[in-house]
Amino acid sequence: MDTHEAFQVDLGNLMAFDPHHQFHSVPSSRAELVEESLKRGTELVQAIADTLFNLPSTEDIDGPLVRLPPPVTRLPREKHMPKPRPPTKWEEFAKARGIKNRKKDKVQYDEQTGTWKRRFGYDRANDENNIPILDAKMTDEPGLDPFAKKRADKKNRVGKQEKNRMQNLKQAAKVGDLPSHIQLSATSLPITGSQSMPKRATKEELGSVAGMAATSTASGGKFDKKLAGEKPLKHKGKHRKFLPVVGGKGNSLEKEQTEKVMNKLISKNSHEILNVNKAITMYNVKKEKKWKGKQDKSSRSSSNLKPKKDIQKKPSSSKASSFKGKGK
Amino acid sequence: MMKLKTPKKGKARRELEKRAPKLVETGKKTLILHGSKTSGVLNSVLTQIYHLKKESSVRFSRKNGEVRPFESGGETALEFFSQKTDCGMFVFGSHSKKRPDNLVLGRFYDHHIYDLMEVGVENFKPVESFKYDAKLAPKAGSKPFIAFIGEGFDSVEELRHLKEVLLDLLRGEVIENINIAGIDRAYVCTATSSNKVFLTHCALRLKKSGTVVPRMELIEIGPSMDFVVRRHRLPNEGLKKEAMRTLKDQAKKKVKNVSEDIIEGKIGKVYIPDQKVGETALPYKAKGVKRERREAKSKNAEEREQASKKQKEDSTIE
Repeated sequence: MDTHEAFQVDLGNLMAFDPHHQFHSVPSSRAELVEESLKRGTELVQAIADTLFNLPSTEDIDGPLVRLPPPVTRLPREKHMPKPRPPTKWEEFAKARGIKNRKKDKVQYDEQTGTWKRRFGYDRANDENNIPILDAKMTDEPGLDPFAKKRADKKNRVGKQEKNRMQNLKQAAKVGDLPSHIQLSATSLPITGSQSMPKRATKEELGSVAGMAATSTASGGKFDKKLAGEKPLKHKGKHRKFLPVVGGKGNSLEKEQTEKVMNKLISKNSHEILNVNKAITMYNVKKEKKWKGKQDKSSRSSSNLKPKKDIQKKPSSSKASSFKGKGK
Repeated sequence: MMKLKTPKKGKARRELEKRAPKLVETGKKTLILHGSKTSGVLNSVLTQIYHLKKESSVRFSRKNGEVRPFESGGETALEFFSQKTDCGMFVFGSHSKKRPDNLVLGRFYDHHIYDLMEVGVENFKPVESFKYDAKLAPKAGSKPFIAFIGEGFDSVEELRHLKEVLLDLLRGEVIENINIAGIDRAYVCTATSSNKVFLTHCALRLKKSGTVVPRMELIEIGPSMDFVVRRHRLPNEGLKKEAMRTLKDQAKKKVKNVSEDIIEGKIGKVYIPDQKVGETALPYKAKGVKRERREAKSKNAEEREQASKKQKEDSTIE
C-alpha cells in the first residue's frame, strides 16, 4: 500500500483508508457527521484519483483505459484452489516409457482412391469399416463372419476404453478434482465437486432399513399395505431357537450340539497346547545334537590308534540283534 | 455401477464450468435473503443493497425461517442456497425484539460459512429521500471508490473485521483495466465510535482542476445508514490459511516473437506471409490486358494462316 499523506491506498480495489482520523468533538447532529465524513471521504477519493489518473493510459473509443495494479488487501477466496488432476493410467505409463504425444496430420493419403482424405470422421482415409472384401487367413475359423467379428472387436475396444475412462474419473473424484461438468451418478455429487462424495448405501443396508420401517407400526406391519415388489422381511420375530432338553434315545440334540462346539473349540485350540512344528524342530535338533556328539566321540577315538574297537563292536551289536531276533 | 452424467447441452456445460474453482477469482456473487421476520426498514435495506449490486447478486424474496447463521444447524439451509446459486457472500436480514433490524453479513468458502458479521441498522435513509441531478446517477455495475475513515477500523477488532467484509461486499468485480471515464460512484464508511459505522453511497462529479487529475466532488445519493456492531464470528485459523492462499509464483506466459534487449529494449519479430501477388484478384480487367489479348489473337491468326499456306504448298508439291 502506498502511503499518501498517511492514507493507505489500495489501487487494485480503488480503496483508501485513513487510519488516523478521529473526531475532535463528537458530532452532535447527524448533518454534521455526514458533512464531516463526506469532506474526509472526498480527500480520500481524491487521493485514489491522484494515483489513478497519473497511471499510463491507452486511448479507447469509450475513454482512456488504465491498467490497475493487482489488489493489495488480501481477501479470502470463494472456492479452493483448483487441484491438479491425477494422471490417468495411460499418462503414467507413457511417462514411465517416455512416450510423447506427437501431432498427426489432419489429412491422410487414401490408398484406395489415391486421394488425400481426412484422418477421422465421415469419408475418412483408409476406413476399415468400408472394406468390401477381406482376405481369408489360415487362422480364420470356418462358419464365422469375419466382418461381424471385426465389428464386435471394435465394440469391445470402445467398451474397454469407456471402462478405463470411468476408472480414471473415479480416481479423479477421489482426489476431489472431477471436471466440473461431469457428475458420477448414483451419488448426489455437489455441483462444483468441492465436497466429498456421500457414501452409497448397499442393497443389504437398504433392505434392513426398509424392513425396520415396515415393522415400526403399532401392529408390527401386520395391517400395512404392501407395496408392489416388496418382499417379506427375512428375519422377523424369533432369532433364538431352543432345542428340546430331553431327547428320544441316548443323547439329546442339545448334548450333541454342545459336544460339537466343545470338540471344535478343543481341536481349534489343541495346536496351542502342542505346537507341532516347534516340537518337530526341537526333536530334530536334539537328534542332530546327539548324532553330532556321537560323531565327535567316534572321530576323536578314530584319531587315536583305536580303530579296532569299532570293528569289534559292530559284530557284537549285530550278534545282539540276531540274538534278539532269535529270541523273538 | 457408476454412471457418467454430463450435461446434454453446451450451455449447461459452460454454466457448470463457470462454477468450477478458478486460479484467480474475480469476485463473489452475493445472496440476499430474509429471515422469518423482517421490518419495513430492513426490507428496503435489502432491496437497495440488491440494487447497488444488481449485476452480481441473487435475491430471495420469500421468508427463510430455518436460516439462523449463528446457530448450529441454522446454517445448513444457507450453505445449500449458496451451492445452488453459486454465491460467495450473503446478506441476511431479520428482525426480532432482541435484535431489531438485524443484518448478518457473511462469506462462504467452498460453500461453507467462512465468517459472520452481525450489525444492526439504524438511521436508514433510502435512495428516494435524496434529491440530486439525474445525470449524476451512477451506472449499474460500475467500479466504486471505497473510503474508510477512522482509526477504529484499525484498532477495534470487530470494525477491522467489518471493514474487510464491507470491502468484499462493495468492491465489485476485480478488474485489470478500468475506463477512467466510467468512474461515477464512491462508498464512504466512517467509524463514528468503537461499535458504530456510518455508511453512505455517493455519486462522483469530476470537475476540471487544470491538471490531469480532476477535482473530485462527492454528492450523497443514498442509501445511507448506520451499522451497530453486534455479534461476529471470525474464521478459524486453519480455514483462514486455506482460504487466503493465492497464486504467488504464477509462471509468466511466454509471449511469442517478443524479446527483450538491454540496449535496444523490446524487440518484436514480425513475420510477413507470402503475398502471392500472382493470385491476387484484380478489381477489373484493364483495357491494356484486353489489348494484349487482341494482339495475341491476331498474332495467332496470322500464324495459323501461314501454317495452312505451308500445308497447301506441301500438298501441291506432292
